Amino acid sequence: MKRQSIYPHILSYMICLFFLTPANAAISKEAPADSKTITIKGSTTILPIAQIMAEEFMDKNKDISISVQGGGSGVGIASLIDKTADIADSSRKISPKELEQAKGSGVTPYENIIAMDGIAVVVHPSNIKNHFNTHQLRAVYTGKVSNWLEIGGENRKIVVISRDTSSGTYEAFANLALSGQKVRPDALITASNQTVNTTVAQTPGAIGYLGLGYVSKKVKAVRINNIECTKDTIRSGKYPLSRPLYMYTDGIPEGTVRRFIDYILSGQGQELVETEGFVGIRIQVYKNPDRDDK
Amino acid sequence: MIRFKEELYKWIFAVLALASLVFLVGIIITLFKESIPIFSHYSFFHLLFGTQWYPTFEPPEFGMFTLIFASVVVTLGSMLFCVPIGVGSALYIHEIASEKQRAFLKPIIEILAGIPSIIYGFFGMVIVAPLLQNVLDIPIGLCAFTASLVLGIMATPTVASLAEDALSFVPRSFREASLALGANRWQTLTKVIVPAAGSGISTAIILGMSRAVGETMTVLMVAGGAAVIPKSIFDPVRPMTSTIAAEMGEAVMGSTHFSALFAIGLILFLITLIINIIAEVISRRFRLKLGLGR
Repeated sequence: MKRQSIYPHILSYMICLFFLTPANAAISKEAPADSKTITIKGSTTILPIAQIMAEEFMDKNKDISISVQGGGSGVGIASLIDKTADIADSSRKISPKELEQAKGSGVTPYENIIAMDGIAVVVHPSNIKNHFNTHQLRAVYTGKVSNWLEIGGENRKIVVISRDTSSGTYEAFANLALSGQKVRPDALITASNQTVNTTVAQTPGAIGYLGLGYVSKKVKAVRINNIECTKDTIRSGKYPLSRPLYMYTDGIPEGTVRRFIDYILSGQGQELVETEGFVGIRIQVYKNPDRDDK
Repeated sequence: MIRFKEELYKWIFAVLALASLVFLVGIIITLFKESIPIFSHYSFFHLLFGTQWYPTFEPPEFGMFTLIFASVVVTLGSMLFCVPIGVGSALYIHEIASEKQRAFLKPIIEILAGIPSIIYGFFGMVIVAPLLQNVLDIPIGLCAFTASLVLGIMATPTVASLAEDALSFVPRSFREASLALGANRWQTLTKVIVPAAGSGISTAIILGMSRAVGETMTVLMVAGGAAVIPKSIFDPVRPMTSTIAAEMGEAVMGSTHFSALFAIGLILFLITLIINIIAEVISRRFRLKLGLGR
């Protein structure tokens, strides 16, 4: 048997490559104009949605690459403003201060509501209290009330569980339930939705809050202002502690970004939203926060 | 040629030895650089003795006293557990245990040192906290006491192995002289060996303390995280390390919050630096006392 050296082959490949390279370079140079890459940054609440959407979208469009990062709503919006992200995930509305900064750097944040999120208030299953009004909830969380007896429960100390002050859930809860008042300083601070579940499930006197999608069977979600925390009440906005989740883009989404957002808002995309534990909206809302000012 | 090789090796090892110095200097510079902005907004006194920690509130408040106090309480608390257990096991292993027991006990302590801190945290959160909560009938198991207990167990191997080293540095002649004078084993241990190894054991305790004060994951999981001065050791607290860990991910780079977290890091660094200097001074004195030089 005659052994053939493989070197000539390698050499010929290299020669081919050499001639092909300029052509490749020319193609890749055109790419940024059509933007085959999307960078998404922001809220850790929206992170699971963004991730699964990116995976599915990339599966369907092999030529597009999407990078998804967390960091928090503030970080996301800041990245949109300094143009290091194409989409900013945010679990809150953009603030007037941020809008001002955006104007300064020539960015027009465009609001796309992609899903609804509900914050459930949970207590230990053995707790006899099944419902709160917003006034009671605020009294508990701001420190005016410290015993369940004072709001129609058993004689037991209330163990108030909150989230770290940087989390999106905390921010939303503080806005929706406390109307911006400070959480009592002796509230326990937990670093994740899961920890809230575990701690409340272990502690008879505990009260906590977390995203509807995270409520486990070991804790009891209570009614707020006599409205149960369900998908329907969250979608309609009836439930007091519900909030929209946003993806901000620079101007009305175009090109690949537009296709991605449209995918999220499609029936299939909204189904994925629900499998991730959030509430789908199915309605495309294009609303410019800039126009609200006028 | 050989001389050249020798020179080369000398340089390579000199560079490697200097690497840690470069890292240290880099860390110190970063800590100072990033924490300076906060000191230009708030007075040093205000930051150090303020008791309100609301970093994301408008206007934000960065009182670090509760956090520093929590670290001190939890660290001193952990000493209550790790000093008796650590020094006790060192004495037992070195003085009383048979060869067989020693061969069994030493590796066990070393394994304890190798367990990742998140495992300790998980163990504390899922097993220790609910147990203490039920047995002691306290409102919540995630508190300063639980954190102290778990940290104490974590710091035990450090204390035990360093204390054992200190005991083994006591020259044989000390023991022989004591026994020759008619002292029994107990008298030799308490009157000669322990006093001779005293400063070495103190070093062990101080280094254990330095381990406890810097521990992050465990306290984040079991200390509860309430930024208040605790009324009892069964109240939740929020040490410095867990504050940094919980909030750094979401703090916007370059914001005052970001800078405040670096300032906490700086304070923490200074505390461990002081602790380590004290340990170094004591251990130097110890070596001199035993006539080991330097």
